[in-house]
Amino acid sequence: MKNFVYIILGIAFGILLVQSEVMSWFRIRNMFLFKEAHMYLIISSAIAVAMVSVWILKALKVKSLSGDVLSFKGKPWNKGIIFGGLIFGVGWAITGACPGPVFAQIGTGAYPAIFTLVGAVLGAYLYALLKGKLPH
Amino acid sequence: MNGQVLPWYIAGPIIGLFVPLMLLVGNKLFGISSSFMHICSTVLPKSRVSILNYDAKKNGWKFYFTLGILLGAFIAVHYLTPGNKAFLPPEYFTSSGYLHLFIGGLLVGFGTRYANGCTSGHAITGIALLNPPSILATISFFVGGLIYTFIVVNL
Repeated sequence: MKNFVYIILGIAFGILLVQSEVMSWFRIRNMFLFKEAHMYLIISSAIAVAMVSVWILKALKVKSLSGDVLSFKGKPWNKGIIFGGLIFGVGWAITGACPGPVFAQIGTGAYPAIFTLVGAVLGAYLYALLKGKLPH
Repeated sequence: MNGQVLPWYIAGPIIGLFVPLMLLVGNKLFGISSSFMHICSTVLPKSRVSILNYDAKKNGWKFYFTLGILLGAFIAVHYLTPGNKAFLPPEYFTSSGYLHLFIGGLLVGFGTRYANGCTSGHAITGIALLNPPSILATISFFVGGLIYTFIVVNL
């Protein structure tokens, strides 16, 4: 049942990504070329709404639907944030897809994005293999 | 560019609402890149899964969420705004394009796991929580993408 809820939320998110063209390689290219503000405005307004929502949830001490105290624990610092971040940035610019949009690209029938996904899954595996040898 | 594009002031705020939605529905912090680990943990032979150090049970929702994204995208192009919009450039529909995407994908998968998050987990959720590492992560994403784009366009 719960999984069904996540499928519905995912469907809504997928529709949003396509209708706003956030999953389009062309939008990502234009973002990195500063040719249009579309992506910057979407990302910043998403952050603003998320931030205000979090404030409200915290201030009202809202609990989750199953009654749990909400956890707002941020991700910890390590050097991987910078190194991994730079590597992901390059991949984002090449593929025009961050992790959500790659699934959206495939869904629209832009089938070469399957290569992006296979690469990404393999990349995640490679990271797991090399984790101990990388600076963190 | 195209009259049928959902404007930023509708798309952006609704995307932002996924952060409180995920918290309310399952006490989850919104983030998508760990779904790659999830797929990895399902396709790897059982004997090797431990290397991922990944809790598939706790993160099972990511599989359903990403499956939903795929279905939603299908619905959008077939039923909502049908047309022949291109989302990838034509040169990616060739064998050298596949190789490019595969290599780019490797960097996306490796980089997001190394950085422990992506655009959703760090840029949107992390900055909304005012978490300094997430702000640094987001700056790194843009520095990487800007440098690469500058090089391929200008050199």
